[in-house]
Amino acid sequence: MTSELLEPKAPSQAGVPVGKGLTPMENATASRPVEPPARADEVAFHVEHLNGWFGQHQALFDVSLQIPARKVTAIIGPSGCGKSTFLRTLNRMHELVRGARLDCQIRLFGDDVYGPRVDPTLVRRRVGMVFQKSNPFPTMTIEENTVVGLRLNGVRDRRLLRERMEQSLRMAALWDEVKDRLDKPGISLSGGQQQRLCIARALAVQPEVLLMDEPASALDPIATMKIEELIQELKRDYTIVIVTHNMQQAARCSDYTAFFYMGKLIEYDKTEKMFTNPTHKQTEDYVTGRFG
Amino acid sequence: MAEINSMTVAAEMKPPSRVGDHVFKWITGLMAFSVLVLIVVVGWELYKGSNLAVHKFGFKFVTSSNWDPVEENFGAWPFIFGTLVSSLIALVIAVPLSVATAVFLTELAPPKLRQPIVSIIEMLAAVPSVIYGLWGIFVLIPWLREHCFPVLQKWLGFLPLFQGPIYGVSMLAAGIIIAIMIVPIITSVSREILRSVPDLQREAAYGLGATRWEVTRIAVLSYAKRGLCGAVILGLGRALGETMAVTMVIGNRPEVAASLFAPGYTLASVIANEFAEATTDMYLSALFEIALVLFAVTIVTNILAQLLISAMGGPRASRAIQ
Amino acid sequence: MTMQPQSLYHRWRKIKSTLMSVTALLCALLVIAPLGLVLGYLIHAGAGAINWDFFTQLPKPVGEVGGGMANAIVGTLTLLGLACAIGVPVGVLGGVYLSEYGSEKSNWWIRFGADVLNGVPSIAWGIVAYALVVVRMKTFSAYAGGVALGFMMIPLIMRTTEEVLLLVPNGYREAALALGISRWKMICQIVMKTAFKGIVTGVLLAAARIAGETAPLLFTAFGNRFWTHDLSQPIAALPLQVFVYAISPYDDWHRQAWAGALVLILMVLFINLIVRFITRGRFAGAGR
Repeated sequence: MTSELLEPKAPSQAGVPVGKGLTPMENATASRPVEPPARADEVAFHVEHLNGWFGQHQALFDVSLQIPARKVTAIIGPSGCGKSTFLRTLNRMHELVRGARLDCQIRLFGDDVYGPRVDPTLVRRRVGMVFQKSNPFPTMTIEENTVVGLRLNGVRDRRLLRERMEQSLRMAALWDEVKDRLDKPGISLSGGQQQRLCIARALAVQPEVLLMDEPASALDPIATMKIEELIQELKRDYTIVIVTHNMQQAARCSDYTAFFYMGKLIEYDKTEKMFTNPTHKQTEDYVTGRFG
Repeated sequence: MAEINSMTVAAEMKPPSRVGDHVFKWITGLMAFSVLVLIVVVGWELYKGSNLAVHKFGFKFVTSSNWDPVEENFGAWPFIFGTLVSSLIALVIAVPLSVATAVFLTELAPPKLRQPIVSIIEMLAAVPSVIYGLWGIFVLIPWLREHCFPVLQKWLGFLPLFQGPIYGVSMLAAGIIIAIMIVPIITSVSREILRSVPDLQREAAYGLGATRWEVTRIAVLSYAKRGLCGAVILGLGRALGETMAVTMVIGNRPEVAASLFAPGYTLASVIANEFAEATTDMYLSALFEIALVLFAVTIVTNILAQLLISAMGGPRASRAIQ
Repeated sequence: MTMQPQSLYHRWRKIKSTLMSVTALLCALLVIAPLGLVLGYLIHAGAGAINWDFFTQLPKPVGEVGGGMANAIVGTLTLLGLACAIGVPVGVLGGVYLSEYGSEKSNWWIRFGADVLNGVPSIAWGIVAYALVVVRMKTFSAYAGGVALGFMMIPLIMRTTEEVLLLVPNGYREAALALGISRWKMICQIVMKTAFKGIVTGVLLAAARIAGETAPLLFTAFGNRFWTHDLSQPIAALPLQVFVYAISPYDDWHRQAWAGALVLILMVLFINLIVRFITRGRFAGAGR
């Protein structure tokens, strides 16, 4: 429980889904024991007493919650309520902002995320992120964009890279659209395709969790729909936390919903309950559109 | 939907080494701070080199007019005088022209005309000093000698400034050349300063029914006064250190003369002319001290200019300095 | 009526305003006039003296007509290369520190230092390089000239690099870090690659700036009438040669000086042209 084991997972202690269809490439590590599928009620993130600041301004007040594994958890709330900040504490992106401070206890599948000897880059390999504005690297092709996380982390094997690229693009439901122009720049794609490329890029490093910060807010309805469908597909294998200002979206695609207001977690429950029978007055006001 | 690959690539990825991060940050930091080190190095080398002369002549070095390498008697006053006078002439010519041009570019010129003029001014700044010098020797000086100076002498000859024999090479010629060379920098910095004046200022003045010139004078120029001072001081800094073109047109005579038609000598040009042939240690040391004086003066003017400009124009203006 | 004097006054104010506008226009014309005058005369006097020999021959001794500045052209390029060897790594990496790592306070000092260095007279750089290199090596050399010019490049490149790196949207940095890429790899592989054009532009502009510098070379590179392949020997440089020929008493050398000056300015303008070509379209390749 209290281990700080965020070194790259040795194959034997895989906390990632394990299974089928090993290619010759993977035979080297195929001898590891196959673990039973994780329990359905497994918890991905334990967050306890999370307080966050930007300089003197406190952005998050004593947030505690548990994010279940292989479910979609939506974070909603009016702008400036701290929902993005909360998301960014989960993969240690918060600390990149100048003047940002944090006081918390967060565990990812039991491993301390903020332990003194934990390397944030390892946390980020296990917790991928997709941003509001799609941001494929402008100097890279579609192919390079997809596997950049692997390549820059030292994976040199061409065949493995190629394979992961195809897999990631397939998972992001982009493969069929781009397979004939993998050598075109990533930014030549349409907005929705770019965002799915970013998802593929995040998936390529095989994270356990995918954080999405308003991933569809800049997209048209059709592209948004595709992203939402994708989220439903991905949740079979990934824990997904999505920040959204779009309540319909939260209601449509999440299993759990957390409502933040003024830096505080007001209510956190099954999505169905949150949108039909919330406990708190503020939540009800917000989900019924009376403020925010 | 594709099958999710179960194989973890985490095993294939290299563990991140914090060493790389530390080393890279350390190296870049070292490079960045090298500019501060470099200032110290310049100061130290000049100080070290001038040690001999500083000890022998003391403060007299800057007040004495006697520059005699044979007797090893060194006084830098004629050079200091020449530097100050030529720079002053340059400022008198360049400042009104530059500020007026900057005003023209920000307040008056039709937008279509602005970019071409700015480009031309940028090109003026790109012309090497030695080319201005060459042009000065063969075009400007003959013209000044034949046409300009005689006329000036005829009308203003009653002033000591315009008396004496006309050689062509002179303080005035040097001042003109320096003026041409510092106009681009004063103009471009002034322009950024004027551009940083909030539009609200202008609108308020227009709202009172002011004419265009009144708006410029009341709302823009008075608001930008400090920044413009910075631009001028920056120009002065460049003028003081200008070497090649000045060396080629000033006449290189270590004299303190009242007339602007008389040849002169500057700190920078005495170094340029005599350093390579300075044979004795004392001679070399005296030239080092001259460089030290020049360095100190330009550092002070530059710091002053930086402070005035950055207080006023923000990053864009300090960028224009380059 | 009170309207009458007021409108007279108003007319005067209008006239004054127009007058000042015209004055400003004249000043602007006066400011840009020297470029036409200098370039015009340069082409007039220089074009006639440029011929094939100029680019292929060594300078001829006094009295012999002809010859060229082949060694000086090559020398200038050599010196530029040496200067870049110092100025580019220090300037670019320093710019990286400013944009990616430095705290507000340290950045203020570094920028301040760079701007102050920028104002150091070029002749002072010559003396410093003399003290640092020539005195130690006991001979004028290409190295010494390269050091002087390289030092001058550092603040120029540092500031432009910082600026173009800051143009790279933060989203790319965050995206890379979120992939678990370490920071220095993110900077080298994502940020610097994105801003590559901008960095190159800055380097080229700095090179154009120092290509015409003469004062720092007077007692470092020193000049040489012959070919030299030994960088620890004095080396010729185009601006230096122009200076020496310009102040000489010989007509033929004057002609050569004009030709040299023309080549020099074409070199500088050519670099500026390349820069325009690079920066056309998306500046720095950043932004979308």
